[in-house]
Order: sequence, then structure tokens, then C-alpha cells
Amino acid sequence: MNVGVRAVKTPAEQALGAAFAAARAKLPGKGSVAALRESAFRRFDTQGLPHRRVEEWKYTDLRALMREAFPLAAPPNPATKAHAKDAGEIFAGIAARRLVFASGAFVPELSDLTPEPGLFVNSLADALAKGDTLVANIGKTFETDDTAVALNTALMCDGATIRVAAGTALKRPLHLVFAGGNEPTAAFVRSLVVIEKDARATLLESHDSGSAQVNAALELVVGDDARVDYVRTTQAQGLHIFSLMAAIGARAVFNGFSFNADAQLVRNQMFVRFAGEGSKGGIRGVSLLKGKEHVDTTLLIDHAKGHCESREQFKSVIDDEGHAVFQGKIVVQPHAQKTDAKMMTRALLLSDEAEADNKPELEIFADDVICGHGATASAPDKALKFYLMSRGIPEAEAEALLIQAFIGEVVEEISNDGIREALMFAALKWLGARG
Amino acid sequence: MTFLEVKNLHVEVEGKKILDGLTLSVEKGQVAAIMGPNGSGKSTLAYVLAGKDNYQVTGGDVLFNGQSILEMAPDERASKGIFLAFQYPVEVPGVATMTFLRTALNAQRKARGDAELSTPEFMKRVRDTASNLGIGQEMLRRAVNVGFSGGEKKRNEILQMAVLQPLLAVLDETDSGLDIDALRIVADGVNRLRSPDRSMVVITHYQRLLNYIVPDVVHVLAKGRVVKSGGKELALELEARGYTQFQGEAA
Repeated sequence: MNVGVRAVKTPAEQALGAAFAAARAKLPGKGSVAALRESAFRRFDTQGLPHRRVEEWKYTDLRALMREAFPLAAPPNPATKAHAKDAGEIFAGIAARRLVFASGAFVPELSDLTPEPGLFVNSLADALAKGDTLVANIGKTFETDDTAVALNTALMCDGATIRVAAGTALKRPLHLVFAGGNEPTAAFVRSLVVIEKDARATLLESHDSGSAQVNAALELVVGDDARVDYVRTTQAQGLHIFSLMAAIGARAVFNGFSFNADAQLVRNQMFVRFAGEGSKGGIRGVSLLKGKEHVDTTLLIDHAKGHCESREQFKSVIDDEGHAVFQGKIVVQPHAQKTDAKMMTRALLLSDEAEADNKPELEIFADDVICGHGATASAPDKALKFYLMSRGIPEAEAEALLIQAFIGEVVEEISNDGIREALMFAALKWLGARG
Repeated sequence: MTFLEVKNLHVEVEGKKILDGLTLSVEKGQVAAIMGPNGSGKSTLAYVLAGKDNYQVTGGDVLFNGQSILEMAPDERASKGIFLAFQYPVEVPGVATMTFLRTALNAQRKARGDAELSTPEFMKRVRDTASNLGIGQEMLRRAVNVGFSGGEKKRNEILQMAVLQPLLAVLDETDSGLDIDALRIVADGVNRLRSPDRSMVVITHYQRLLNYIVPDVVHVLAKGRVVKSGGKELALELEARGYTQFQGEAA
């Protein structure tokens, strides 16, 4: 174990330290926020970038993979803003309220800020500067000593702060559009979304990171009796780290979905706590990998209260030398009786070099629960392929249909027709590009 | 005119000889029954005709419409008009029956240089046949064969056959696992597809199916070759006397 400050730092670690030293005085937020940043940075400084001997990061050795740390992005220029205008096209067919961020900074002129009763939207930079009461929630949704989250807390520049007041059902989905440019810069974005008691919201979040290094985080509070449907998509040419920290109240419904395609190096970590009784949660996702892409999905589901049902379902389709990682841990706390949790992960390997690592874990401290997990990795089923071909469907098309079906099984769980179709369309586009 | 000609066919599966010089001719418009005991090579013949890949042809040839099909991929054979109704139809999760039918039909039409069928024409073709087979809209929307009963799966095979309108239909033990009512529905579906332009090879272990689908000729298969051929009365004779008479002599 490394105790205290490590003597030898990698160039990326040194650059991150220098970036924080240079930016600390200018980063938004004073007093308690500044103290939060300082303590988060110290955690990073002590632990360093996570590496393969850190169990949670075993398959994504950031110390080795992150050769350099790009400088913090400057405020977006006209070209970056022009690029951001059309970003998030995956959800172009959905009549959503767009809130646009270019190179990590909120762009009000590209965002839809028309008022809606019960909806309060602001940028994180503004909320931090003004000391908005919502800001007090930062870091409290799901406390973790994860290094990537610590780095995010230390360097967070901007993001969205959203509150949906008790009893409000939003008329349109919210769409957080994050767009990076083609410069080697880094963005640290943090969003905070609070859906109060008995409110309903659909939240979309798309990341088109370009070649930027992105460390994005979302804290999501789902109030008692609330319902939240959340879909996040990632497209990135560089390193993209995303952390979801969610707390779900009592009798609430939360459906989360991650979709990764054309994503070079992704760490997608989700920390979800069932913090009230009688809630239902679905945490699902699909990743499509080709080339040398690496997508790591790491889940920590904490059943802190009883009588909750959770379903975790993740699928990856891996071509070429792609590498998909799934680590899923379900913890059932001592008093969380009547927990019903089922986790399933499947990988479809399209080439001999494709790699999938599946690591499901259960930690159960209550005695009256139903919990299960399963994991598979296999090539497309030959019998199925022959059946389709025997009906006249050529081999490539038969395989595409089977891949579509494989993905479709998870996507089908999304209740919104438009979102479901948007993701299937994106998946078909990926399949089409495969040729 | 000879439509299907199997000439001295030798087939091995994982080094084990299954078909041992099988010779068989099926005329255009003819319904030929292939009967035989378990292990005689009936299903192997069906799979070899459809082009399944783990069957190794070590000798002989199969001509369809005068053309050898052995080098053709399964989809190419299908486009030429060969259809296999599977003994155990597989479940295809996530692919709706309607999508599957349309994809298959259009792929075949494209391979033959025909235009895609218009949506109304396609819908009409599916609906008419489906209702005759007792297949409702709900089943058509469901994923292919997923959660279908044995009888539903067999009816779905006949539906596919009716929509694709093959020139040669090979029915592999279509009667297996069916009760008498389901058998009648499936047989009626097959009989509606009988035509002077369409040949059928009906593979069965039992004579029962042939009460409903009356064959023009019956061939008896034992130890990988045809050991006797005759009219439909041959099936009745087999039912009365069993297959033991052939199992010895082909050895």
C-alpha cells in the first residue's frame, strides 16, 4: 500500500498538480467549496492516478493509459460554439430542452432557457459563484473516495444545476449537451440534478467529447415518490471518464441507461444508492466497440434500505481488438430486507481478438433477499445464423440482425419510444459503418 | 422433369459416415415422402440440401434445376427456391416475426433481381396466410419463435414457407411434437401450397402425417441410402411391418 504522498509522480500526475495550482484561485466557489476542492485535491495527490493494483480500476490502468494530462480548456471560442450547436445529434429527433456546454462551459445562447413552472436551471459556475443553496449538495449524494471523482471535485469548472420542484412533471425531456472540440484540452464538468418529491423528469445527457480529455460527473437526487428516466451517451476520441452518483428516495422509480459507441477510452462508473424503501431501479447499458476501443463500466449499487427492486443489465458488442470491461457490485446492507436485485452482463465477441472482462459481485448482509447475477461472453450463435441464412438472408445481414437483436433486448427496456428509436438508430449506424 | 437430383451422395459429420451413396430424384410438382428409422440419415439429407456447414460432402452431387448447389451458401440456395422447414425451429430473440419475414423475402427478391414487395402487398400476403394458420397479429409482432409452443413454431415454419413461396420445400419431421389438431392445421397449410410448379420432400418417421399430406411417391431410407421406393401404399406397409426388414439388409 502507498501511504502518504508518493515520491515519484507520472508526467500526467505532475501536470494535473500544476493545473490545480494554477487554477485554484480562479475556480468558481469560495469558502466551503474551496475547502472541498482542496481536500479532494489532497486525496488525488496522495493516491495518484488509479492503477491496476487498485481493485476498482484493475482493468483500466489510468496511470499507464493516461500518458499526459491536457491543459484546462479555455472559454469556448466561436468555432467551438458552432460545433456545439449541432452536438448531441443522437437525440435530434426528440423535442427536448437543450442545455449546451462547449469545452466544459455553459453556453446560454445555445440553450433553451424559456421558463417552465417548477423547473430551475442554472450553470454550476454561476451557482458556485453565487453560493446557491443547491451547491450544498455537492459531494453528498454518494460519498466515495474514488480518485477520478476527487479530481473532478478539485477541478470542476462548470456543469448544470437543476432543480425540479416537488410535484412537477416536466413537459419535455431535459437534454444536457456536452461538446468538446478538436484541441488537446481537458474539461472537468460537474452537474447536480435534484428531482424533488413526487416530481417526474426525463434527463438525457450526451457527450461528444471530440479529442478532449473529459472528466464528467453527475450527482442525481431522486426524491421520494419521484420518477426519473435518465439516458447518457458517450462518443469520444480520447479519454472520457464519467461518474454518476445517485441517491434514490422512497417509493421512487429510477431508470438509467448508458450508451457508448465510437468511444476510444471510456471509464463509466456509477454509484447508485437505494436510500429509501419501496423503490424500483433499472440500471442498464449497451456498449459498441471496434478498433482498439476500451470501455469500462463499473457499478456500485448500494441497497441501503429494504423492499427495493433493482435490475442491472449491460451488453457489449466487441469487434476487432476492442476491450469491454464490466464490474458490477451489489451491496445489500444489514437492514435492507426484501431486497430483490438481479444483475446480468453479456458480451458478444465478433472477432478472435475481442476481449471482455466480466466481474459481477454480491455483498449481502441481510438474510431475507433475492439476489442473483450472471455473465456470458460468446460469439454469434451459429444455429441462429444458419436459420436466418436458410431463409435467404445473406451472412453479413444475418449477423447484423442478430447483433441488433442482442442489443435490442436491453434497449427495449426504455419506455420512451423516441429515445428507444434514437438509440436503435445509432446502433444501426454503427453496424452499417462496420460494413 | 427432374427438379431435384441427389446423385450417389456421401456425407460425413465429424468423421462419421451418415449418408452412404444416397440417390434420389424428385420431379417438378411432385410430393415425395422420405421415411426411415432413427439414424437413417433423414435429417442429414434435409440439412445438406439447405447447406448447413458442419456436414462434409465426401462424394456425389446434388443438382437443383440442373445446377449443382453444393458450393452455394445457404442464403443463395434459399434465393434459388429451396426452403427447409426445421424439425426444431430456433428462437431468434429481439427480431420480430414480421421484420424477419420482410427481411428474408426482400433479400431473396434482391438476389433474384426483383423489386422489393410493396408494404401493402407484403402485409396482405402475410395476413392471408397467417389467418389460415391461426397465427394472430400478436404472434407476428413477437420475436421469432420466442415463447412459442411447439405447435406455434411449426405453424410459423409453414407461414414462412407460404410467404417465401419456394420451388422446393423440404419438411423435416414437421409432424414431430404435434397433437392431432395442430397436425391438421399444419398439413392444411402445406396442402394449400401444393402446386405443379412446386416440389416437396416430406421427411417423417411415422405414416400418420401422410394421411394428411398424401405423397406421390414414398422412398425408404436406411443406413444412409434409399432402399425402397414405391407409391403411397408403401407408407401403410411400413406402418404395419415396421422398419426392421430394411435395417438388416442395408448393413
